[in-house]
Amino acid sequence: MTRRTVLTGTHFMHGDHACAEGAIAAGCRFFGGYPITPSTEIAERLARRMPEVGGVFIQMEDELGSIASILGASAAGARAMTATSGPGLSLMLENFGLGVMMELPIVLVNIQRGSPSTGLPTLPGQADVMQAKWGSHGDYEIIAYAPSSPQEMFDLTVLAFNMADRYRVPVVLLADEVIGHMVERVVIPPAEAIEHWPRKKPDESPNGPLPIFRPDPEDLVPPLAHAGAGYRVHFSGLTHNEYGFPAMSPDTHHQLVSRLVEKIQRAGPDISRCESYGLDDAEIVVVAFGCTARSARQAVDLARREGIRAGLLRLISLWPFPDHLFSEGVGRAEAFVVAEMNLGQVRREVTRVVSQPVIGVHHAGGAMIQPAAILNAVQEVAHGGRAAR
Amino acid sequence: MAVAQLVESHPLDPLIRAGRMPHIWCPGCGIGIVMRCFATAILDSGIPQEKHVVVSGIGCTGRVAGYMELDSYHTTHGRALPFATGLKLAQPDLSVTVFSGDGDLVAIGGNHLIHAARRNIDLTVICVNNFNYGMTGGQAGPTTPFGSRATTAPYGNPELPFNLPFLLAASGAAFVSRWTSLHVRQVIRDIGLAFKKPGFAFVEVLSPCPVGYGKSNHLDEGLDEMNLYREHCVLYDETVPFDALGIDLSQNRPIYVGKIVDRDLPPFQPVRLESET
Amino acid sequence: MNVYGRTPLDLGAMRIARGQVFLIPRRCKGCKICIAFCPQQVLRESDAVNAVGYHLPEVVPGKENSCVHCAFCTMVCPEFAIFTLEVAA
Repeated sequence: MTRRTVLTGTHFMHGDHACAEGAIAAGCRFFGGYPITPSTEIAERLARRMPEVGGVFIQMEDELGSIASILGASAAGARAMTATSGPGLSLMLENFGLGVMMELPIVLVNIQRGSPSTGLPTLPGQADVMQAKWGSHGDYEIIAYAPSSPQEMFDLTVLAFNMADRYRVPVVLLADEVIGHMVERVVIPPAEAIEHWPRKKPDESPNGPLPIFRPDPEDLVPPLAHAGAGYRVHFSGLTHNEYGFPAMSPDTHHQLVSRLVEKIQRAGPDISRCESYGLDDAEIVVVAFGCTARSARQAVDLARREGIRAGLLRLISLWPFPDHLFSEGVGRAEAFVVAEMNLGQVRREVTRVVSQPVIGVHHAGGAMIQPAAILNAVQEVAHGGRAAR
Repeated sequence: MAVAQLVESHPLDPLIRAGRMPHIWCPGCGIGIVMRCFATAILDSGIPQEKHVVVSGIGCTGRVAGYMELDSYHTTHGRALPFATGLKLAQPDLSVTVFSGDGDLVAIGGNHLIHAARRNIDLTVICVNNFNYGMTGGQAGPTTPFGSRATTAPYGNPELPFNLPFLLAASGAAFVSRWTSLHVRQVIRDIGLAFKKPGFAFVEVLSPCPVGYGKSNHLDEGLDEMNLYREHCVLYDETVPFDALGIDLSQNRPIYVGKIVDRDLPPFQPVRLESET
Repeated sequence: MNVYGRTPLDLGAMRIARGQVFLIPRRCKGCKICIAFCPQQVLRESDAVNAVGYHLPEVVPGKENSCVHCAFCTMVCPEFAIFTLEVAA
């Protein structure tokens, strides 16, 4: 059997496997991970595939080691990824902040399961949304994408690597156990059709100290010098100046942290991805992501059949939260219905951004929210004019 | 010769970030001595400076990364080893040294330490052991001798410390040696051997910490602890059993120093298959 | 100094190295390790201080020719503040 790098073709593929194939197609050649349901299949697939493509697979002793190892690999120039679930991401959070502070590109896949704590290891959840943004200490912005299908597991993993490299930031793939474990049609394009956005490199060749944290004024992204390239760089988690050395004054700190936040916020429109379904004339907009969006789409179809002008705004990028999507197009909606498998995390964000009533359809996790539940909420809004909770 | 000549630069300045000198460590602290040994070993190694990388954790010793003129990574507490693992595996040609302290490597980093040793990852690890958590003010740690005082052990440490050479030997390290910051020639030599050793090479270097450990234990100056090393250190030989390598300052037990483990074990290699395309 | 049972044949060829001490005052932190461990006791603490108040080492008067460039002070200084270089005999 020929072992190929990019498995071009049409497949009936498991979501976790599609994510692994997306990583390989994107040029990921380092995976440091630890088994945790429901992401283990990603590690297992890459244990088999990395040796085939000349990459490195290492099963680390715990999640803390996993994220540290991918940061190191990224510092040495590799596209590096790890995959975990809620409890593992909790363990990874300190070094997540290190990735932000060192501006090292990594991709961190979270196949969400019932949480908090050990929760429901084998059942879906969507309750790690806020954790992805706020979990580590301090102010920071990261990028997070939520796939709704195995196809998107492939596509968004490729996008995640590209965004990570472009913005020198950790990117989280916020999937859930349904999407991770379902098997569906995945079309993998030819290798040439898969874009690899390069990391910004230093302009000059090595010649004395390089301000490796001096950002480009346009996009606030500094060039990344890898280990062994001769620049003798210094990377530190401490608040640092443009040369990377500790410079722990209030002014430097405010400047640095503000830039790290602004770097991503400014790029919001470039990072943002979403899907609009029936939004042109929608009076009631359902907002959903991940597996719940599949139920939401059905609910919208059912509502339309009843004559309710409903539409679906499927969020694909969750962070930075796409405020701008709510002021354009859907700004004319009369009400929003946010359906999610948590007790109100995205609803909170939508409420922050819009002035119309926002109604939530929530479940703490364990099974997909049924279309009927979402349809119910839409009907109540349409017929009863329910006020926002 | 005449009287001491006053100059502005040191022969080793090309290897250190001379513009950041003097460093932050206290008068009499031994970390600077070990860093100097590291710099000399790099010069002697024959490996170009560009190919050396240093990864450190948090703590006084962790600050070494900021003072060496190398690609340097000052990472989070206890996680220098897995960071270095990823870095080394992504670019195997680099000579990667983890340079960190006893608290960082052995307490919070303990799990990573034994696993990296078990895997025999090709790394050089320099563990400066000053018997306490120095940066945070002198708290007890996993290598604080039994009965010694510390800010979190005001009545004397009630815990037995790790016997690091024994721990590393049992975990599978290919090379383990222990010296003190007094044994500078041997430290330089063993760091050089560690660079060349394929596999996990661990060099423990005891160091004075006058403001932390020293202040709580009647070792007011670095010099006092250096004298303690001179009095108590005994050269290791194969007749000394591993479990005698623990450090106990309350009784007059010798501190064994020397090259303790040097064996040929296959270093970790990621699995590779021949590709057919 | 010549207390030999028999005179070595190459006695004339043996040469004791001579060294010159160099100091970088702004780096010294007065730890006195160099002073304590010099095998020839060439150094002592001076009254002079550097800009941050640490007493520097100085060559003991009368010992100006005693440094044998063993370089132990060079190796054992934590501050990269003292070193010796060999001088021609």
